[in-house]
Amino acid sequence: MVETIGNTAEGNMIINVGPQHPATHGVLHLVITINGETIQKVEPHLGYIHRSIEKMCESLTYRQFIYVTSRMDYLSAHINNHACALCVEKGLQIEVPTRAQYIRVIMDELTRIASHELWWGAMAMDLGAFTPFFHAFRERESINDIMEETCGARLTMNYMVPGGVMQDIHPDFQRKVKAFIQQFKSKFSEYNEMVTGNIIFQNRMKQVGVLSAEDAISYGCSGPAARGSGVSCDIRKIYPYEIYNTLEFEEVLETGGDSFARYMVRLNEMHQSIKIIEQLIDNIPEGDFQAKTKAVLKLPKGEFYQRVETARGELGVYIVSEGGTTPYRIKFRSPGFSNLSVLDHIARGSKLGDLVAMMGTLDLVIPDIDR
Amino acid sequence: MTNEDLKIKLTELMPSAVIEEGGEWLTLNIEASNWHSMATILRSEVTVCFDYLFCLTCIDWKSHLTMVYHLSSTSYRHNIVVKINLDRNNPAIETVANIWRTAEFHEREVYELFGVNFLNHPDLRLLILPDGWEGKNPLRKDFEDPINMIKL
Repeated sequence: MVETIGNTAEGNMIINVGPQHPATHGVLHLVITINGETIQKVEPHLGYIHRSIEKMCESLTYRQFIYVTSRMDYLSAHINNHACALCVEKGLQIEVPTRAQYIRVIMDELTRIASHELWWGAMAMDLGAFTPFFHAFRERESINDIMEETCGARLTMNYMVPGGVMQDIHPDFQRKVKAFIQQFKSKFSEYNEMVTGNIIFQNRMKQVGVLSAEDAISYGCSGPAARGSGVSCDIRKIYPYEIYNTLEFEEVLETGGDSFARYMVRLNEMHQSIKIIEQLIDNIPEGDFQAKTKAVLKLPKGEFYQRVETARGELGVYIVSEGGTTPYRIKFRSPGFSNLSVLDHIARGSKLGDLVAMMGTLDLVIPDIDR
Repeated sequence: MTNEDLKIKLTELMPSAVIEEGGEWLTLNIEASNWHSMATILRSEVTVCFDYLFCLTCIDWKSHLTMVYHLSSTSYRHNIVVKINLDRNNPAIETVANIWRTAEFHEREVYELFGVNFLNHPDLRLLILPDGWEGKNPLRKDFEDPINMIKL
């Protein structure tokens, strides 16, 4: 047991942030050693929401285990499901109908926007501005409505199944998505007026939590956390899956490496996601929304690895199969776990107040880290 | 680099490693005692440059444990899998946290869930499990907890 509060011999003080703290967005416990206001060390203590998802999956079939993964990174629930479905399809060599691929990618990108919206609102709230939270939720609400109509759920959709998607899109889907795109475009300037251009906000973000490209790679960072340091790591670009290689979009890169760079990456990613949806929404081909699959899925003996780009970075699904109806072992390489490990490195030497900005721009989702 | 080119290159660099084909990526089967020196080669050799350790985990085969390392190169975009078999009763392997910093967290996770002892690890403590959790490794196949049931 580490001492959780008090003074050490060197004049350092140990304080706790969490497990219940507004800035940790979940049950993350950080034991921080400070000297005056300067951070000496940050030690994350995990496990407050550990549900042992990997062990649970060992007794679930290949159709069932997908539903558990919505509860990992609940803000990228669609993309988690997508990764699992792709991994099972890779093992069974199922050809997914084009219509299903289009629907999947549109859903993924809507999820990415919804996730970044929530992050943006919460990020501004962490730094003391409460209003942006409501603006972000206004747009996020439109996406949740679209999800509810087509998938039947707002947060844990469980819409992806091996072979395609669970049911066809709602007749009103295309109209609603186009209305959302209009809404997003007309409101987006507010985001920059309220937060991005704000000089107080910029002062709290620039040169805070600087992460070099080498360290980002060495610490296994991925997603916007690494792209803010100029590391090209977008799985949609470098190891494309589904129809991503036919789409026109840019990988957003910033070179600053500080909190502001990571902030700008996410803001611009929302535009790229809109660009992707615009290319697809009017061209969804006719056809099946699901490939014909057997009722009981049995993956051949072997190992299958599938990675996808979630809103937080690279998610890997590693299935070891012994040929049965349930996986022998499953490992989820969650992006948040590796991104959290860099927190101690970037926080050392900076002021305690800046820690909130660093945590915010790493976009930690605790159920994703604990699994 | 394609898998064939990579295979030729890796055979040159590490003659003792057994390279397995068939999967999506090449698999290197090596001995635990060689791991640290080979990891150094994989990371520092400029022609392969595996600088990104994107997945580190362990599998319990009931007779032995297998450490699995997934490596990728951010400059060449090629991937390999490294597998190392360990004795189930006394699993121990050299840490690679000084080569890939991300290994520090991942090894702590494997340490508590599988009971693998990582030699020379800078900070080998429990990460996810509560303090005082001793002797039981939840992801091993023989782990049973009748009170907090994990199996569904």
